[in-house]
Amino acid sequence: MGAIEIDSLSKSYGNVRALDSVSFTVERGELFGLIGPDGAGKTTLFRLLTTLLNADEGSAKVDGFDIRADYLAIRSRVGYMPGRFSLYPDLTVEENLNFFAALFGVTVDESYDLIAPIYKQIEPFRKRRAGKLSGGMKQKLALSCALIHRPSVLFLDEPTTGVDAVSRSEFWDMLAGLKERGITILVSTPYMDEASRCDRIALCNEGHILGIDTPEGIVRGFDKRLYGISARNMFALLERARRVEGVEECYPFGEKHHLVASEEFDIERFKAEFSDVEDFEIVSVAPTIEDMFIKLMKR
Amino acid sequence: MRAFIVLVQKEFLQIRRNSFLPRLIIAFPILVMLLMPLIMTMDVRNVNVAVVDLDRSTTSRRIASHIEASEYLTLAQTISEYPLAIGALEQGDVDVIVQIPSNFERDMLVSSPERISITANAVNATKGGMGMQYIVQTIARTLVELRGEKSPAKLSELVTIENRYNPTLNYRHYMIPALMIILFILICGFLPALSIVGEKESGSIEQINVTPVSRFTFTLSKLVPYWIIGLFVVTVAMLVARLVYGLVPVGSVGAIYLGAMLFILTISGFSLTIANFSETMQQTMFVMFFFIMIFMLMSGLLTPVDSMPLWAQRFTTILPPRYYIEILRSVYLKGTTIAELWLNFVALGIFALVFNTLAALTYKKQA
Repeated sequence: MGAIEIDSLSKSYGNVRALDSVSFTVERGELFGLIGPDGAGKTTLFRLLTTLLNADEGSAKVDGFDIRADYLAIRSRVGYMPGRFSLYPDLTVEENLNFFAALFGVTVDESYDLIAPIYKQIEPFRKRRAGKLSGGMKQKLALSCALIHRPSVLFLDEPTTGVDAVSRSEFWDMLAGLKERGITILVSTPYMDEASRCDRIALCNEGHILGIDTPEGIVRGFDKRLYGISARNMFALLERARRVEGVEECYPFGEKHHLVASEEFDIERFKAEFSDVEDFEIVSVAPTIEDMFIKLMKR
Repeated sequence: MRAFIVLVQKEFLQIRRNSFLPRLIIAFPILVMLLMPLIMTMDVRNVNVAVVDLDRSTTSRRIASHIEASEYLTLAQTISEYPLAIGALEQGDVDVIVQIPSNFERDMLVSSPERISITANAVNATKGGMGMQYIVQTIARTLVELRGEKSPAKLSELVTIENRYNPTLNYRHYMIPALMIILFILICGFLPALSIVGEKESGSIEQINVTPVSRFTFTLSKLVPYWIIGLFVVTVAMLVARLVYGLVPVGSVGAIYLGAMLFILTISGFSLTIANFSETMQQTMFVMFFFIMIFMLMSGLLTPVDSMPLWAQRFTTILPPRYYIEILRSVYLKGTTIAELWLNFVALGIFALVFNTLAALTYKKQA
């Protein structure tokens, strides 16, 4: 039995179908990532699984409990960290932690060993009001509060949005630590580069799941040749490359443009054709999750 | 139980940490009770009178001097011609014109004289009406006095007047209980609603919703702090009424507190229900204002219920402040007991139960 079992779950807001018959299973002790842009339905899925929303159709089980029938059991078993900081800004770090511990009927001491690796970092500021903490510290406090009752499943909705690169990396280290304690973690993020830190990921867009696999598996699924091209005038290059025969796709990707080649693409002919372009360069590149995402989205 | 205590503690902590609320809760009742009774008065004073004296007799001068001596009337001008006086009335310098016709004194002795005419600016109906009445009384008293001086037989007083329960007809004694209710409505009606909607806006309600805390516990935790604050407010208001205006309840203080306990619960429960249907502070404020207008103007706080149209009188039976104002006024001024007012207490009890049950039921942890 998986820690989270989702079976064709759907939710609409008026005419907008936020989640369209989504199904997947998260295994126990797995660190599972939901990767997708804003509006993909990630938050809706979280709110359904944490029993804050009712589904229109379909069903789901969290830790073996049905989200509709056993919602009370689920509430004492899961930890939820919403995308927006939603602790009490006018209470101190310590007060917030004690407050949530009391609401779950536990004490901070009972769970101290679990939260210590995270909480230790903000403990020097325990008398500071939560609203006055920096972004990274707020996030650590929110995670400590979400863990206070030793949940078996942890839901983290875009925990690294708006956090600096160093804190983001630290945060993923903390999640790895929690995973070792046997906690199942479902985490969403719009950053494709964070996907590689997950055991498995689901790529989602506009309420649909585009593909589920390990990060390596997702990348392996990219079966086309991929090149990176660059020139002095990047925009003109993009326009021109798209018109060349055998170029299936060409899109901006960081400093280069990524070019997806079809069967009939000939790199030598392409080089010759672009020899008049100033500073023209073409190299073969390894596909990333983002390339896969773009490919799946176009389909 | 521990969750409930912690929730109430948190509520108080948030109020204390707020830079504005503690000051509001302490200063607002004191200020309102100090200032408003002085301002909210229906006693009409400073009515400016112009006397157009065409008679120029002892009688006419006596009338003018009595007007001047009245504590409600001010003799603003003595004008020789009526059109000039009308001009002053239009300018707003004068509220009432008294014209004493020529030969009034002489005609009064021999036959029926030409009548004294009184012209009042009735834009402010109360001031015009009351001013007119004061003048009629003043003139009548003057004439009786003059007649008495001329005829040897003393005229006996024909009417005696006694104002029971408020012997000095002090308007403040009527208004102070109403002000106390307005305080409850503003403090215990707005604050709980804003507290819940504030949590909705900051998102912290989401964190609460994923905990196993029940909606009854949560609703109760929002009620209790404002209930305690409301009891503090009633104490302050009663102290100010006593120390500043010398108004001491004739009946038992216990009856006032019992009523306050029920009324605060009612109004807080009502405000929580409104908050459950609102998403933002603005929404809550506007909806609350709408109901507060009805509560203030239709519950007999400012104008007596008995003088409203019959349909409005029937409507007041569903307004909770109507029951508490009756309790406050009759306990304060008449010394009525709880037993005599049992119907009002029962009505408040039912309101409290209904609104708070509604508040708990409409609070949805799930959308």
